[in-house]
Amino acid sequence: MAATQKYDAVIVGGGHNGLTCAAYLAKAGKKVLVLEKRNVLGGAAVSEEVFPGFTFSVCSYVVSLFRPRIIRELELAKHGLQIIPLDCSYSPQIDGPGLARWGDAGRTRREVGRFSKKDAEVLAEFGLEMKKMSFFARNIIDELAPDPTSFKPSELMRLMKLGNRFKEFGSDFIYLHNKLLTMSSVDFLDMYFESEILKAPMAVSGIIGTFLGVRSPGTAYVLLHHYMGEIDGVFRSWGFAKGGTGEISMSIARAAQSYGAELRCGVDVAAIKIKNNVASGVVLANGDEIEAKNVISGCDPRRTFLKFVGEQNLQPDFVDQIKRFKMRGSSGKVNLALDKLPTFKDGREGDQHLRGDIAIAPSIDYLEKAYDEAKYGEFSKRPYINIVIPSLSDPTLAPPGKHVMSCFVQYAPYKIKEGPEHWPKLRDAFGETVIDTIAEYAPDIRECITHKQVLTPWDLEQEFGLTEGNIFHGELSLEQLLFMRPAVGWARYRTPVVNLWMCGSGTHPGGGVMGAPGELAAKTMLKSGEV
Amino acid sequence: MPQSTPFHAKTLPLCTSYRWKDWAGYHAVCSYDTSHDREYFAFRHGSGIIDLTPLFKYKVTGKDAALFLSHVMTRDIEKLASNRVTYTAWCDDEGFLIDDGTVMNFGNNVFHVTAAIPSLSWFERFNRGYDAKIEDISDDYAILGVQGPTSRDLLRAVLDHAAIDGLKFFKFTETNVDNIPIVLSRTGYTGDLGYEIWVDSIHAEKLWDMIFKKAPLFGGEACGLDALDVVRIEAGFIMNGVDYNSAHHCAIKDRKSTPYEAGIGWTVDLKKPYFNGHQALRKEQASGPKFVTMGIEYNWTEYEEMFERLGLPPDICGNAWRTSVPLYDAMKRQIGYASSGTWSPLLKKNIAICRIKSTHAKPGTQIKVEVTVEHERRAVSATVVTTPFFNPERKTK
Repeated sequence: MAATQKYDAVIVGGGHNGLTCAAYLAKAGKKVLVLEKRNVLGGAAVSEEVFPGFTFSVCSYVVSLFRPRIIRELELAKHGLQIIPLDCSYSPQIDGPGLARWGDAGRTRREVGRFSKKDAEVLAEFGLEMKKMSFFARNIIDELAPDPTSFKPSELMRLMKLGNRFKEFGSDFIYLHNKLLTMSSVDFLDMYFESEILKAPMAVSGIIGTFLGVRSPGTAYVLLHHYMGEIDGVFRSWGFAKGGTGEISMSIARAAQSYGAELRCGVDVAAIKIKNNVASGVVLANGDEIEAKNVISGCDPRRTFLKFVGEQNLQPDFVDQIKRFKMRGSSGKVNLALDKLPTFKDGREGDQHLRGDIAIAPSIDYLEKAYDEAKYGEFSKRPYINIVIPSLSDPTLAPPGKHVMSCFVQYAPYKIKEGPEHWPKLRDAFGETVIDTIAEYAPDIRECITHKQVLTPWDLEQEFGLTEGNIFHGELSLEQLLFMRPAVGWARYRTPVVNLWMCGSGTHPGGGVMGAPGELAAKTMLKSGEV
Repeated sequence: MPQSTPFHAKTLPLCTSYRWKDWAGYHAVCSYDTSHDREYFAFRHGSGIIDLTPLFKYKVTGKDAALFLSHVMTRDIEKLASNRVTYTAWCDDEGFLIDDGTVMNFGNNVFHVTAAIPSLSWFERFNRGYDAKIEDISDDYAILGVQGPTSRDLLRAVLDHAAIDGLKFFKFTETNVDNIPIVLSRTGYTGDLGYEIWVDSIHAEKLWDMIFKKAPLFGGEACGLDALDVVRIEAGFIMNGVDYNSAHHCAIKDRKSTPYEAGIGWTVDLKKPYFNGHQALRKEQASGPKFVTMGIEYNWTEYEEMFERLGLPPDICGNAWRTSVPLYDAMKRQIGYASSGTWSPLLKKNIAICRIKSTHAKPGTQIKVEVTVEHERRAVSATVVTTPFFNPERKTK
């Protein structure tokens, strides 16, 4: 089949950002086609019935950064999106009582007070500081990345507006912000807290998806990125999408379809058609070609430029920047089907404490040790694990009385010392390590497991197209954010190739199922009048 | 999930309304009946007996305890004599209120502090260099308030006469009742004759039983927070989180208050050379605060007429309210807001505590306050007054 009908835009990759971009463009009356390689939409924001009766949020497993503006503008509730807030963050210990932090501030104060009365009180103050910081940061993630090199009046105005907001918060805030930009998670938390059991699970927010340790400088900022989680304007709240994270993607997909977008699964794109530095469509693996006025990539920058565009079509210094863009996947995922709930050692009754996230992060040293192994190309023998059992809040995910348990595991370095292609041989050992680790806290875990799915960084790359298994399409470290994401000068969704755009998490403001890159890309394109 | 106070086994069966709220992490009764009328009148005509355990309590000991407390508090605690209580505020470096509460001097360098919000970490920031240890004793003690005109007689029937009779306003004594050690303090949040009793948590129920055995003879009733809210407004007492916000909880500077703005400037002892916030407070005292806290009394005749014109009786709000209500000058420009108010069944007036521009705060100034009459926003005249609205002689006698 030769060239078919012409689209205003063809989007490569049906992840939540590609779909968001499609929905916005279609809503504006554009003729849009989304191509997804897998047989299911959603990319890494996907729900799949991996084992009969058990539906997993296979990769991304909680929602918080997803922009409320998108829910409103694309009417996602009408298209089925429901977010169930999490009430608890539980950190069990091997011996002795664990710590549960609740939505109820008084209850949390008492829990933390068992370890440090001072920390219990300071927690609220810390929360207020982070709230202020998040409030400021929100201005950045909801808008285009500022461009500090431009002297265009409109850019200077944007910078001034941002500067003014900054100033309004006062000098203490500015000092704190600078600390946040430069410090490690642990150093930053040390300014407030003394108890390890509180600091450790908080510090991990700074390393999620990065190949850094909790004591590495710069991780404090990532802490904020996670603190910004917002549901209904309330910061630091996390939730599950009913039906799994895939329902975010599916609700966007339904919205996109309602606006007239065309979505196709099982379509493998081999290359982007480029002639004289102008993109004009895509070439599929089967040789078919699809023409479009614009091509938008929802894939990560490496895949987009090195695989689909090709070095020959790019300037060498741009290629260098893309090659240097740090992917460095550092995490894996273990999904377990459970016959019954595991019992954690500290003897808490009921399952209320298991309904939120459960963090295996008993101490700072534990986390740093886990990083040490990863630095030299091994997966952690005792990794940080973030567990959720969403079927406790959403019974549609598992048969009655049974559960799905999702374990996010860090560190599992993509570049394992044997070489990434050896990951499949290590997959079982990795899965066992995770279960062994959990068993130290919940000894009956093995009796509960009926099925397991282990995803190594290699699997995340091969199956989900996440280069080097990086869940954020590139680390969220400071030098890869804002006007530097993914490359200096190319942070506004355009690329050096005319009519080729980016809309994935590798662009500003980054990953975390925000939807913002897809939204901002679409809005930028529409404003430019070029689509 | 709040936890129960040591009086819970006693308050639970009495709370027929099932109306509770979370007070500082504890279950606290709003009102025992569905309406708090009976409890309000107990406070004003008999004795209101109220569980005050959720207050945060700290013990400060060491040879520099008084010096340290003087550093933190606006009052000069070094001047506080043994067996005396003082009401004080504490501020941050910029003179903004963190909290208000009481300090009790037990002698021998032992002090108790009560606070509305958790304050241990705040105090511990400043005890470096002082021989002063701070302990959180919030869970160690239960506190029972016995407040109202018959409270003295009721306690006389329960306790040692000598302890009661000699006890002056804002003094306390350590005594025993049936071999239970208690601290009896002549203080309260009702602006009336009244006492607060500290007891080891383990003896709380026993104390409750002893008091309630005699309570019926003196019009003593278990009272909840709804009734307390009405009487504390009548007494003109401000409340952290309602009439002002702790600087710790304020996202923006405009929400913070100095003691002068919050109407408790009298607790600031500028004769002390040094205390937290002293520079800022000296400056403000010299220039005068831009806003102050005052009382207002609604013009009842006008209020009544507004309803009468629609064929309605005047609306009397059952509970005290704590929403922000705008205040205007004659030109309809906003000059402040009321932060909490109530219908006073005793005074037969609508009264409110408000934050108002200093230029309009002179007692007797006529202003307007927003009211909603049949879904329509109107403004009714009100007079600026000093608080307390109600101040019976028996309180201090």
